[in-house]
Order: sequence, then C-alpha cells, then structure tokens
Amino acid sequence: MPGLGASFGRGGATTFQQDLANSDCIVIMGSNAAECHPVGFQFVMEAREKGAEVIHIDPRYTRTSAMSTHFLRLRAGSDIALLGGVINHILQNGLEFREYVEHYTNASVIIDDRFLDTEDLDGLFSGWDPGERQYDTTSWSYEDMRVSASAGEREQGGTMGEQAGHGGQGAALSHGEPPHEDPALEHPRCVFQILKRHFSRYTPEMVEQLTGVPAAQVVWLAETLARNSGRERTSAFVYAVGWTQHTVGVQYIRSASIIQLLLGNVGRPGGGVMALRGHATIQGSTDIPTLYNILPGYIPMPHVHEDNSLERFLDVYSSYAGFWGRMPSYFISLLKAWWGEAATPENGYCFDRLPRISDDHSMYQIALGMREKTVKGLICAGQNPAVGSANAGLYRRAMADLDWLVVRDFVESETAAFWYDSQEIEDGDLRTEDIGTEVFFLPAAAQTEKSGSYTNTQRLVQWHHKAVEPRGDCRSELWFYYHLGRIIREKLSGSGEARDRGVLDLTWAYPTEGEIREPSAEAVLAEINGFGPDGRPIGAYTELKDDGSTSCGCWIYCGVYAGGQNMAARRKPWTEQPAAAPEWGWAWPANRRILYNRASADRHGKPWSERKRWVWWDADEGKWTGEDVPDFVVDMPPDYEPPDGARAEKALRGDKPFIMQGDGRGWLFAPSGLVDGPMPVHYEPDESPIENLLYGQRSNPVRQQLRRPRNPHNPAEGEQGADRFPYVLTTYRLTEHHTGGGMSRYVEHLAELQPALFCEVSPQLAAERGLANGGWATISTSRAEIEARVLVTNRMHPVTVDGRTLHQVGMPFHYGPRGFARGDTPNDLLAMVMDPNVHIQESKAATCTIRPGRRAARRQRRGPEPGAG
Amino acid sequence: MSDHRPDYYGRPVIKQPVWKAEIGWYFFSGGLGGAAATLALVSRLAGRRDLARRATLVSALALSASPPLLIKDLGRPKRFLYMFRVLRPTSPMSLGSWVLGAAGTAAGAAAGSDLLDVAPVAGETARAVAGLLGPAISTYTAVLISDTSVPAWHEARRDLPLVFAAGSAASAGAAVWLAAPAGERGPPRRLAIAGAAGELLAAHRMETALGELGEPYRRGRPGRYARAARRALAGGAALMTAGRRRPLLGRVGAGLILAGTVCERFAILRAGNLSADDPRYTVDPQRERIAGRVTS
Amino acid sequence: MARFETESRPAGYDGAARERVGFFTDTSVCIGCKACEVACKEWNLLPEDGFVFTAESYDNTGALGSETWRHVAFIEQDVPLIQTAGDGDDGNPMRWLMSSDVCKHCTSAACLNVCPTGALFRTELGTVVVQDDICNGCGMCVPACPFGVIARRERDGDGRAWKCTLCYDRTKDGLTPACAAACPTESIQYGPLDELRGRAAQRLESVQQQGFAGARLYGEDPEDGVDGFGAFFLLLDEPQVYGLPPDPVDPTKRLGEMWGAAAAAGAALALGVAASLLGRRG
Repeated sequence: MPGLGASFGRGGATTFQQDLANSDCIVIMGSNAAECHPVGFQFVMEAREKGAEVIHIDPRYTRTSAMSTHFLRLRAGSDIALLGGVINHILQNGLEFREYVEHYTNASVIIDDRFLDTEDLDGLFSGWDPGERQYDTTSWSYEDMRVSASAGEREQGGTMGEQAGHGGQGAALSHGEPPHEDPALEHPRCVFQILKRHFSRYTPEMVEQLTGVPAAQVVWLAETLARNSGRERTSAFVYAVGWTQHTVGVQYIRSASIIQLLLGNVGRPGGGVMALRGHATIQGSTDIPTLYNILPGYIPMPHVHEDNSLERFLDVYSSYAGFWGRMPSYFISLLKAWWGEAATPENGYCFDRLPRISDDHSMYQIALGMREKTVKGLICAGQNPAVGSANAGLYRRAMADLDWLVVRDFVESETAAFWYDSQEIEDGDLRTEDIGTEVFFLPAAAQTEKSGSYTNTQRLVQWHHKAVEPRGDCRSELWFYYHLGRIIREKLSGSGEARDRGVLDLTWAYPTEGEIREPSAEAVLAEINGFGPDGRPIGAYTELKDDGSTSCGCWIYCGVYAGGQNMAARRKPWTEQPAAAPEWGWAWPANRRILYNRASADRHGKPWSERKRWVWWDADEGKWTGEDVPDFVVDMPPDYEPPDGARAEKALRGDKPFIMQGDGRGWLFAPSGLVDGPMPVHYEPDESPIENLLYGQRSNPVRQQLRRPRNPHNPAEGEQGADRFPYVLTTYRLTEHHTGGGMSRYVEHLAELQPALFCEVSPQLAAERGLANGGWATISTSRAEIEARVLVTNRMHPVTVDGRTLHQVGMPFHYGPRGFARGDTPNDLLAMVMDPNVHIQESKAATCTIRPGRRAARRQRRGPEPGAG
Repeated sequence: MSDHRPDYYGRPVIKQPVWKAEIGWYFFSGGLGGAAATLALVSRLAGRRDLARRATLVSALALSASPPLLIKDLGRPKRFLYMFRVLRPTSPMSLGSWVLGAAGTAAGAAAGSDLLDVAPVAGETARAVAGLLGPAISTYTAVLISDTSVPAWHEARRDLPLVFAAGSAASAGAAVWLAAPAGERGPPRRLAIAGAAGELLAAHRMETALGELGEPYRRGRPGRYARAARRALAGGAALMTAGRRRPLLGRVGAGLILAGTVCERFAILRAGNLSADDPRYTVDPQRERIAGRVTS
Repeated sequence: MARFETESRPAGYDGAARERVGFFTDTSVCIGCKACEVACKEWNLLPEDGFVFTAESYDNTGALGSETWRHVAFIEQDVPLIQTAGDGDDGNPMRWLMSSDVCKHCTSAACLNVCPTGALFRTELGTVVVQDDICNGCGMCVPACPFGVIARRERDGDGRAWKCTLCYDRTKDGLTPACAAACPTESIQYGPLDELRGRAAQRLESVQQQGFAGARLYGEDPEDGVDGFGAFFLLLDEPQVYGLPPDPVDPTKRLGEMWGAAAAAGAALALGVAASLLGRRG
C-alpha cells in the first residue's frame, strides 16, 4: 500500500477488478490471480477473450499461467530487476507516453543537489546512517523544498509505514508547485534524468543474469507493454503478496507504479495498478485499522514527542496542497466521533486521550515481546499465527511465555490448541503441564451469523446481512468488543483518575438487538460515515469541519451512509447500470471506482481517445463528468491556476490529477514517504543463493532483521555455510485453502481437495536429490525442519541465474496439525525478516535444502499419515 | 497432438462391476437350473418320467438357490421386490428377473407336484413352463453382462451366450447324472460331455475372436480360473466317458465338470473386472474404431 | 403395480415435458478452482470422499463416483497453450489442461436403459435422475455407463447408486444448477441444450481462431454412440487424455445382436438337450 501511496497519493488499488476487462494488456506478477482471486479473475478472462495479452510472470507455472497468453519464469525475489529492465528499455528507447509524463508526473522536478544515487554509492542512497541503520531522507527532497515535515518523519523511523504511503503529505510545497522544474526533462538533476541514470545498468543481459528471464523476453515484455499503452490502448498491472511479502516489497510496487506512470496508464480504463488484497475486508482492516501506527483514514498515530499538542500534530501532518490540506477537519471529526460531547476545543478535542506510540509495535515485535515477557497478554481474534506467522515455531513458543491468551475463532485452531497439540508438544520441546499460559477460547460467529461490511480489494464496501442467529456461545467481533468495552466502563465507573477518562468518555451507546444484544452494525456504519452540525448523516468528506461541529469515524468512508441510506447495501445488478456500476455497494473515496481518473483526459480535459474515454471536462456544464465519479474537484476547470495563498485542493493546478499528493503529480521519484529509497533498487532477498550482481550493497539496508537465537538467518552467499541451503524456497497459496487454514482445513469439502502438505519440485531437482512423486521429503532451514509429500512437476523448472542452474522449492503454507487436512507448517521454516515500511515478512524468497524421506520423529507420531485417506 | 499419455494417470475409464462372488455362483446355479428344466421337459416328452422327475428336482433346487444369491448381492437387499416394479425390455436384468421368477416358481411347483404327488396337470404345466424358459435362463445372463461397457464382455457379446449355454448344459448334465439312477444316466451323461466339449470350444473361440481384449481371460486371477476350468472340463469329460462302465470315475468326472463350469463363470466375471480396470482396453478399440471411420 | 417402461420422454409426460436442458462445459476457460465440486457437494449434501493425496497434479479427487458428481481433472503437458510464434515464448512450452467432468445425461442413456427397478428415469427436462428411494443397489448401471460416472455408495451401508441429478431440485424451479452458478468464469454453462449447441459451435470457432491447439467439441453430435450428450464439452486434447472414452457407445444399442446370439445359443441348448435323449438309456 505505501508503494501506491507514495507514487499516487492513496494506498489502495487504483482501479476495480471489473475494469480489467477493458485492458489491452494485463501483466500479472507477484500474484496468482486465478488461484487466489478466482471470481475476480473472470474479468481477466474477458479481456483475454477480447484479444488482450495476459502475461503471467512468476517463479512457478500456476493456474494463472495456465490461463495466460504468455508465461515468463523468473527467480523468486528478482522482480525489481525485471521491472527495472522494463523501465530501462522504455527510457532508453523513448517509449514513454511523453505528454502524460511531462504534465502528470514529477519527471520535470529538479532534486536537491545533495542527492546521491545508488549509482554513486554502490547500492546506497545519500543520507545513510550505518549506526542507526536508517536513512536521513532530507537529501532526497525537491530542490529548495522546505524540510520541516521531514523532521517529523525522522523521529518516527520505521513507524511511518501505512500513513506515509497515503500521500506525499510530508512534503510541504507552496502553491502545490515544486520550486524548480525543467519541462524539457533534460536537466541532469531532474527526476526523468535521475531515473534514467538510476536504471541504466538494468540492461536485458544483466536482467537475464539476475532473474533467469532471457534477454529477448525482457525486451519483448517492455515492447509489448509500450505497444499497449498510449492514447488508444492501456495496460494494467495486477499484483498481490508475491510482491509485498519481501524485504523490498514496497519498492516492488513502486517499480510497477513507475512503469505505469511512464506509460501513462494510471487513472485510465483498463490501466492502473490492481493491488489484489486477499482476506475478506483486509482493505477495510487498514482503512479502519487494526494496525498500531495509523488511525482511521490513514491518519498517523501520534508519536511520543516533547511538544504533544494538537496544533503541532496537525502542523506536521497536514500538507499545504492537495486534499491532505484538509487534515484538521478529518482528524478533529474523528475525535468528535470517538469522544462526542467530551471533545471540546478547550481540551483539544480529547487529543491527549489518544495513546502515543514510541517504537515499532508490529506483530513480530509483539512476538519477541512475548518471549521477553514484556507482553503479558494477547487477544488473538480471527487469526492463526501458530500457522500463519513467519517463524511460526517461535510464535508458538512465545505463546507459552504469556500470562494469558484469548483466542476468538470458530474452530479450535492451532493457535487455540498450541498448549496441547503442536509440533513442540509432539517433539517434547514443550510440555503441557509446564505451560503457564491461561488460555481462553471464545467461540466466534461466522459471517453468516452477523451483519457488517466487507471492504474488498477495490475499496468497495459491501454490506452483508445476518442470515441466522449464532449458535450457542458464538458471538461476533462487534458483540465482543462492544460488551468488553461496556464491562470495562462499568468497572471503571466512578473513577476519578484522569487516565480512565479516555475509556469513560468514549461514545459507546450503540443500540443492541435481539436476545444476545448484538450491537447494531448499521449504527456503527453511520458513526463511521459521520454526522453534520444538524445531526444528520453527512454526505462527503469535503463537508467535514475542523471546528468540532462535525463527526466522522473515517473520512475516506464519508458518504457511505449519506442521507441515512446504507450505500454499502445497494445491490443494483450490473446489467442495469453503466460500466462502473456505481450503485452496487459503495467505494471509497466518494464512490470513485477508478482513482486519479482526471488522468484519463488530457491537459485540456479531453479524453486521450474515444476508445479510452472515462472522465472528461464538460465545458458547457462547467464540470467534470463521465463514466465514473470524477476524482477531482468537480467544478475545477482544466486550465485552473491556483492564486496566491490558495490552500489544500485549491492549491493544485487544473491539470494535476493526483490530488492527494502535495504537488498533484504522480511520483516517479518519491522524495518522502518511504524509508528505503526514493526509487526502487534491486536488492537480493535476505536469504539468497547469489550475490547482488548490481551493487556491493547486497540486500535492503533498512530491512528489519530481528536477529535472535531463535530467529537465525541462513548464511548468505559468500558466508561460511551458505552451501548448506542451496535452493530458493518460496511459499504460496492454494485455491482450496485459506490463510492459516482455520476456515478451510476444518471443512471436509475443502480439506479433501488438498488433504496434505506437499512441496513442488522440478524433475531435475527430484533426480538430483532422489525425490519421488507421491513420496516424502524433508525441507530444512536454520529455523526448522519439516516434512511434506512430494509433487514432481515441470511447472517448477529450474532457472539459469548468474550462469548457473538454480532450483526452487515451493510449498503452500496453510497447514498445521489439526483439522481434516493436516501437515507440518511451512512458516516454521521462515525467519522473521521484514520490509521496513510495513513490517511484512519475507515469505516469498528464502533459501533451504531438501532431502528425501520423512522428518525424523523424535517421539511417537500422532495419528495416521496425513493425506493417506 | 496425442503423443501425450493416452489415459488419465492410468485410471480406469469405466467403473468396475460391483458384483461379488454370489453373482458367479448365480451364473452357475441359474444356468444349471435352466438347462436341467429343459432336460426335464424333453425327458418327459420322451416319456422318461423318472428322469424327468430327477431333472425337475435338480432344476428346482438350483433355481431356488438363485434368488438368495442375487438378493444378497444387492446394495439394498430388503428392496429386492423392487425388481418387479417395472418390466423394462431394454434391461436384461429386468427381463431376467421376471423370467427367473417365473421359471423358479414353475420348477418349484413341478417338483412339489412330483414329490407330494398332487395336482399332476398343474405340475406338468409347470414343468413345461420351466422347460421352455430354461434356455432363456441359461443364456440371458450372458446378455446381461454383454449389455455393459466392460470391454471383455461387451466385445464378446456374440460369443458369450454360447459359452453360457454350453456350460449350463454341462453342469446340468453332470448334476442330473449324479442324481439319476443307473438306468437313467445316458442322456445326462451325453449332455454333460457334449456341454463340456461345447464350452471348451466356445470359450476358445471367444477368446481368440477378442484378440487383445482376450488378454484379461489369460492374465492374473481370471486367467487362473480359465485354465482351471479348461483342465477340469476336459478331465471331467474324459472321466465321464469312462464313467459309463465305472460309476466311481463317473462321479469324479461329474464333479470335475461342475467345478469346471464354476471356474469358467468366475473366469468370465473376473475378466470383466480386470478389463474394466485398465484404461487401454476401453480406449484402444475405440480409437481404432475412430481411425477406421476416418479412413473409410 | 408393475409398469411396462421404456425411455419415456417426451411422450410419457403428456405435454408436461419441457425444453431439454443440459451443460456446455468450456474447458478453455476453466481455472481449476473446484468451486463446482464444492458447490455440488454443499447443495446435494454429499459426504467427503476420503482425504487422500494422490500426487496426480492438483487432482486429489480422482474420478466421479457416488460421492463426487463434479470432478476437475488436471493434465500438465509440455506444449504451448496457444500456437503462436513470438519472443514471448519460454524455452519450455507448457500448458495445464483443466476440465470439470460430470454425468453426460446421455440422450441414449445406458444406465437408464438397464435399470431393472425403474429407479433411473428421464425427467421432464430431459435429464437422467436416480430415485434414491427406489434403487436397490443391483449394480447393473455401474458397468453399463460408458463414462464410468454412476457408482454404488458402499459406505455407511448405503448400497444405492448415486450420480449427478443436474440439480433436478433446482432446475425444476427454474434455478441454475449449483455448479454452473458457482463457476466464476462461466466454464460451466447451463441452459436449453439446443442453444448451448449453437453457442458451442461458435465458441469452437473462436477458440480455434485464437490459436488454442487441439480444440474440439466432445459429445455435441446427435449421431454419436449415445445419440449426443446432454452435458457436452469443449476439450483441448483427445478425450482419453482427460480419462474420457474417445468413442462412447450405449451398449443397449446392440441389444438386438445380443438377444439374437442368446436365442441362437438357447436353441442350440434345446437341441443339444433333445439330442441327448438319443442313445443308451443308462
């Protein structure tokens, strides 16, 4: 998400899945879309039927590859090299969509003269502090750009992540205009030339050495994309966790964003970057976040600071130009939603009641905190980290160090049962009687037993209706947290302590329904939408005020309950609507389906072509119109020039489509927002069997390593012992199962489809290691050793990298010892090593070794062989 | 295009018959009962009452053993009467059930009339009915198994009835010979020997005509049954020939012929299973057929 | 009361017969997701079929049977999906065929023809259905089917034959069968059979023009050995690659031959019996 946010202004897919049917060329990379998004994949099939190129690029030939017109095989962890090769080919051969690049991107902006590139520093950027292991990013700014906000970034270190990715609001610019530009794109320090130089070493031949993709295919890919871009044609990128689950994950997405900006595909039908997020409502879970470092609508969580005032906070995080200029109205409305009457101008709207973060409190830090006993209790709701966490064995042991654990789920997952049923118990490393954790297993209601919303990968909020009452003691999340809060407030009532006001003053009066007193989800939705000064539901985030007269639980969702109607529950069939189907559900922001759609028209507001028209300027009506809700101030003409002193969105020009960005442009070069570089760099994964052929700096210098005795890393190439783990390991999903398996391995009809853990290996690797199809293998890393059945398949063909044959071993990660489909847990093999922007673990590329036969059982095995019937 | 593996992971194309050993025994008992009923009728018409009564009794015993075998083999034995919900001419099992019901009842009635010495007219009528239905009883089972997609059966559809008929004759002859007094042993002896010889010839012709599809009759368990059948039938026929003067040899020979016909039934039954299990027995002839159509 | 029963549609429905429906399964757009398998099991409350890892690509189901009425086949081949020249080709051409198999609801249905209890019947929609309250598990239908579809359920002492009903309980009320409703790419298409046949002919042309190697229709021809399938397919290779018979025939079409041979054998038996009376008495 920050990759998209830093490039375009919002951390979300720029388009909707149905729009893929309009594409002339779809590149699916870092995604197994047919496997993991089978329903959405029908639109890719539609495009294919209309003659579009569908190109799947992956280490494995998967169910997506089987549907594609072309398949390119690459080494896991080398995607930036390939994308860099495409960027290089475009720039060297003048294949960019010039008019789009000149006016809609920051290609012309001149960068600070203290900036040094990886070309200068052998793989590092200027500002690297080896002691702190982080970058001082001030030298990455636009020339003569004020740096006050950068100070705010510095103190946050690795906690900027999600919010930062939501718009270059950290950049303070006057008039929304960068101080220095070269419209001809020739100045040596303009972004365009910096980009060109930065990627100049990503030649087709070098890319072949790094990725295993033949040089001719690299050129073919770039040419095919270029041929399918421009006025008359558009191309789309589709990605998922195959890109994000890397220590340079965010930069993978930046690479695709750069390509799409260079080719002029962003904001256009059949174009853009379709970020495929996986879990139901995972988009929603960052919009109304369960993340430690952001507040609803991607407002940052306040950080500990000497000057803790509301004024300072707003000053740091508002931007001068663009819609983040309205940040005070979003934030104060949020505080009013939470503390209602108690939030007044005098007390800074209860700003002091918000907790402050001081450090990285993300999931893996929590796990280590559990081990170190600084985290004493854990509520684990709808998650199965005993299977799904990187270094899952460490996580299971860490749970044994807790004082108390609450697990909410509708099956007794591996996490709930860790204390008596786990690898550690089986091997005798942990004994139930020695585990002091008090475990509470609270049964959860399933999605059919509760009402609520899903916000899916295309920012679409869809309501789902309760169909049946939950059975027995099963309760929804909403019920749990509402009543937990109610009981806590009852226990705290009458307290005179200042610290308890935060909880006691919360607005908590939701109506409840039925015998079990289920809170009304729709009432919560109404609060999220917000209310105006008249107490009626508010219609748009532009109506929010910073004087405490409005409330809004999440500014980007403002409008979902406009007029008191649950927009998310709309179900007008697609056959009765125009292409964007605006009356099915509701998408944020403001029900726009393609973001940045001002870019589907040229500078003068005219569509680039009839074939690719989407949104355009109607001069007679004096407004933007078209197939979608315009992602622009609706009555701002294309030739608008902001007057002096204009603020927020009014400070942006009429020909700058990226309205969340401080300068209204798509960022080829990201001067702020990301901690590991303004441009993507090919770095090797944390564990890799080859050196970085491009630079001396091997891997992402800022990656989070969390080295501990129980979280060791395999030796890297060149280090002693590196040949113990000569194969690339990658993990992935199967259609038949879901995440940690709690929703699929316990369901017979799904479990029987993929009943056992298996690894996929090429015939060549099988011959080399003596592996038999249908037999057993043991896979090991420095963390753990697991066993799996063997599937020998040509779909795992080896790649030729740096002149040698490299084998890859792949495994679906869903398995654990419980349910009908059982197996060892592949995440036991991985280390906790993360991307520094969003703390996502590197599950997609590591190293391992493999041998035939089952793992040596240290004690009697439990139960029959998995997958044996 | 298809240098590719011409099957799906070696899995069978059709489903194996689910019939168990009871069905093999039924082929034997039904065939024996049918041919014995015919022998009873023909004997009676030739005025050989005593032989007719013996044959009738053998037929009734054999035919009465048949329904329990069939019922036991059903997935839902308690629903055996549902066989008589309809009469479906396209179903040999439907027709056969009705015919078996009629013939078994008739043979039983005739035997009852004989033993209890009552209702002679009804008894003779019953004997006639059973005798006329006898050839149908002895051959319809061949149609039943031919009317499937099992390659070893369907492709042998022209030859199987004669195998079954001859085998029925042989077993009926042997059984009635064992039941008959010395003065009545001529016809059953000749019938047994002719039947055995006929079965050997018919089975050989069938297997040869099948070509590659005859393999299941030579391999594995069905192959062993088939070879045992051949030896038993040949030996039994020889001994029964000698048994004209030496009853002991005759008895052994009759026993061998009975055993031989049982073995042949099981050979056929199990050859069906084997041919169903290997996809190439289904696929190869069909591909040849297609190729033949294309060139012609 | 016993009834004399033949293939009874449309005449036997006295005007209640409706337009014949069926499936067209276009395997060129099948993504192998198995939603059809799961939807079928959920709707028909079918039990699980065993948790067995087969190592046969992604197919752990194996075959159609009494507990599985939709089965997705997976075949990995080293030929390209689309026969085009171009630099987009890998040095290792590959394609992965995926296909959802189902009961063919044959026009000339062997299972129906050989069923002695009348459990199998043809519905007013032209589909073939087993009535589980009548089937006595005689097993005749099982080896009769040229496709190996119908099977007898042995578990839990059930003993009856089971197969796809083409969601009779849904189609009767105008709903789409569960598998077709679940299929995300419209690989499984449901509708009037005539319309499907027309659509399939166009689809074949389109697929061939797009360069898909080996595309062909399977079961659309009313002149074939079962007089045309009620559920027919677009395949990308020969049928036997998918485990399907290349030239399936309803064996009951040759009953005439079989009864003729039986009659001759029976006559030979009768003659042989008669002849045995000639000669010595004892």
